[in-house]
Amino acid sequence: MPVVVEVTLKSAALIFVLLTGFAYLSLLERKFIARLQARIGPNRAGPFGLLQPVADGLKLIFKESVTPKGVDKPIYFLAPALVVVPALMLFAVIPVGKGATFQLASDLNVGALYVVGVMSLAVYGIALAGWASNNKYAVLGGLRAAAQMIAYELGMGLSVAAVVLMASSASLADIVAAQYPEQYGGILGWFLFRQPVAAAIFVIAAFAEVARAPFDLVEAEQELTAGFMTEYGGMKFALFFMGEYVKMIAVSALFTTFFLGGWSGPFVNEAPILSVVYFTIKVVVCLLAFIWVRATLPRVRYDKLMDMGWKVLFPVALANVLVTAVLILLGLPGYRL
Amino acid sequence: MLTQTPTPLNEDALKVRVEDVQLDITFEQLKRLVSPRALTGETMLMNMGPQHPSTHGVLRLLLELDGETIVNCIPDIGYLHTGIEKTAEGKTYLKAIPLTDRTDYLAPMSNNMAFCGAVEKLVGIEVPLRAQYLRVILLELTRMNSHLVWLGTHALDLGAMSVFLYCMREREMILDIYEAVSGARMMSSYIRPGGLWRDVPNVFFDLVQRVLDVFPKRLIEYEKLLTKNPMWKDRTVGIGKISAQDAIAWGMTGPCLRATGVKYDVRKAYPYSSYDHFDFDIPTGTNGDVFDRYKCRMEEFNQSLKIIRQALKRLPPGPVMTSDRKVAPPPKHEIAYSMESLIHHFKLWTEGFKAPEGEVYFAVESGKGEYGVLLSGDGTSKPRRVHFRAPSFHNLQPINEMARGQLLADLVAIIGSIDIVLGDVDR
Repeated sequence: MPVVVEVTLKSAALIFVLLTGFAYLSLLERKFIARLQARIGPNRAGPFGLLQPVADGLKLIFKESVTPKGVDKPIYFLAPALVVVPALMLFAVIPVGKGATFQLASDLNVGALYVVGVMSLAVYGIALAGWASNNKYAVLGGLRAAAQMIAYELGMGLSVAAVVLMASSASLADIVAAQYPEQYGGILGWFLFRQPVAAAIFVIAAFAEVARAPFDLVEAEQELTAGFMTEYGGMKFALFFMGEYVKMIAVSALFTTFFLGGWSGPFVNEAPILSVVYFTIKVVVCLLAFIWVRATLPRVRYDKLMDMGWKVLFPVALANVLVTAVLILLGLPGYRL
Repeated sequence: MLTQTPTPLNEDALKVRVEDVQLDITFEQLKRLVSPRALTGETMLMNMGPQHPSTHGVLRLLLELDGETIVNCIPDIGYLHTGIEKTAEGKTYLKAIPLTDRTDYLAPMSNNMAFCGAVEKLVGIEVPLRAQYLRVILLELTRMNSHLVWLGTHALDLGAMSVFLYCMREREMILDIYEAVSGARMMSSYIRPGGLWRDVPNVFFDLVQRVLDVFPKRLIEYEKLLTKNPMWKDRTVGIGKISAQDAIAWGMTGPCLRATGVKYDVRKAYPYSSYDHFDFDIPTGTNGDVFDRYKCRMEEFNQSLKIIRQALKRLPPGPVMTSDRKVAPPPKHEIAYSMESLIHHFKLWTEGFKAPEGEVYFAVESGKGEYGVLLSGDGTSKPRRVHFRAPSFHNLQPINEMARGQLLADLVAIIGSIDIVLGDVDR
């Protein structure tokens, strides 16, 4: 099979899986959060509400596409796409399973760098949507987005840097491999246990990056009605929604890859398909944690969020990189290359 | 933060800016409300409401923002004005009660009590002790009902969405009690001049007992989720402060006033419905900020439960309606054989009872503060003038004092913490 055909087929499959995953993630979130809140959740469309995402999608497709007065049209229409595309692009380098079959470009030797770079692209979509909407709430949302995501990009980038140091490679396939040195065995090889500080910073930054509660200031309903997407409806809104959820999946997949040993697990050598199952389970656990946090915590205030990004996460992440480098130089157990 | 170069003062350009916010006031009036910086374009004028998720109804605020910092916050009310006071003038004293349900629709019994208390004071009606004690139980349940909606929406405003649904679940228990006694879950109209519509059914005691059993446990859960949560404290401590003097000067009452340290509660200051028979404390705060208001209300849950327990234990037997047939409708079975009862019945349901000439003010401590009724009788069966002293209205007044210099996100916390119901503000 020529490379072009293979890559195209794999991409198509990945996008199909992600879009279905996004739709059912929204159902999972509604079901799970309903249970946490002493409710039942959607159960009318199909058995157990399984057709709810279809109903939602159809509704949004058939909505009238309204363009408010005074918007900057090219940017207004481009912004939703600018949010979705980088979120999908993130998956290009993530190894979802063992072996070349389940990998698109995960042997890219600057994978970690690519991830951090592509992730920051999404902020353009949100900031531009805010600016182009000709709405004061949207402007405030766009401003918040720009400031928040830059503040947390740094902490996240540096926590990934510590992981790259540990694996001595920026390729995501190598990072997964580095979490399975024979001498550790089991889950102690995961960077979650060998790099707990980096893992904690990554988690906090991930919440800010995806702009989910408690860091959902960008679209804080109670303050800014809907923030940057106030003026968006129908499929344009659906694209923002899709962007947020795909990014949530992407960040969970990245956390799995960086800290939870990626696709690894018992018997993957005998049955490679199991690796995909392990990867999926780990990602779903991360997603449930995202939802659980949303149901529990109140929203952080904008200035406190910025304080934490610049005054806590950034210095701690920097110090962590330094300490990691020293530990590796000293060759301590667990930090030997 | 955005920095724009101030443009030179140009009357035409400024008028466009005034039209932009769509206020029914003239340019000259607006000038007096906002700072001069708004007119040069240095600060942004933004509408919050009347259709906004966290203004608790149709409150409209004109905000002058410097970045996200509030320079001025000007409330614009009246979007839910229903003319309840004027309508009440055309109704007999009995028929005006359903109107009071609809002022502060989250605490209908408190409103019923205030109005009926005023009528009883004007006409001079004695209320049997059993009715007084049942009123106390229902009023305290109503306070909890009102506080539950406050807690839920306040937490929702700050992003803690689960608390909202937990509060609604607990509120359901209280609405069940309303339904059992009056048949209606919200617009109860159960308290009548002279007592209660009817005695409570037997299931009432089981339902109240359920609240007494379940609620303390749930209260501990809320405390775990919010009071001890550093993120919650971040959002509430030191936000929306107001001093005791200012609070009194603006006419604030209820938990908003008590949070500043002033120990004023109508139940203690001017006891009504035998509140002086019960032993309870009045929680107060010290700082007058959002957190202290929150703490005061949370403690009031416990005090309400305490009062209900005492009232249930000491509930005397007897009638729940005054025996004065000029005011109280006669029992149905009497009408069949007593001519006098038939006449009373006919007079009451056609003309209504007459009140003497005079003016009375009667206040109760509702969940939101002092809910007062000014009633002016003219010798007929309809009032000459009715005025409701709505606590939400008075508590909303100093919002500019509280919000100035704070962030947009804090304004949401402040609105939530003063606990307004727009039906009560606009009436």
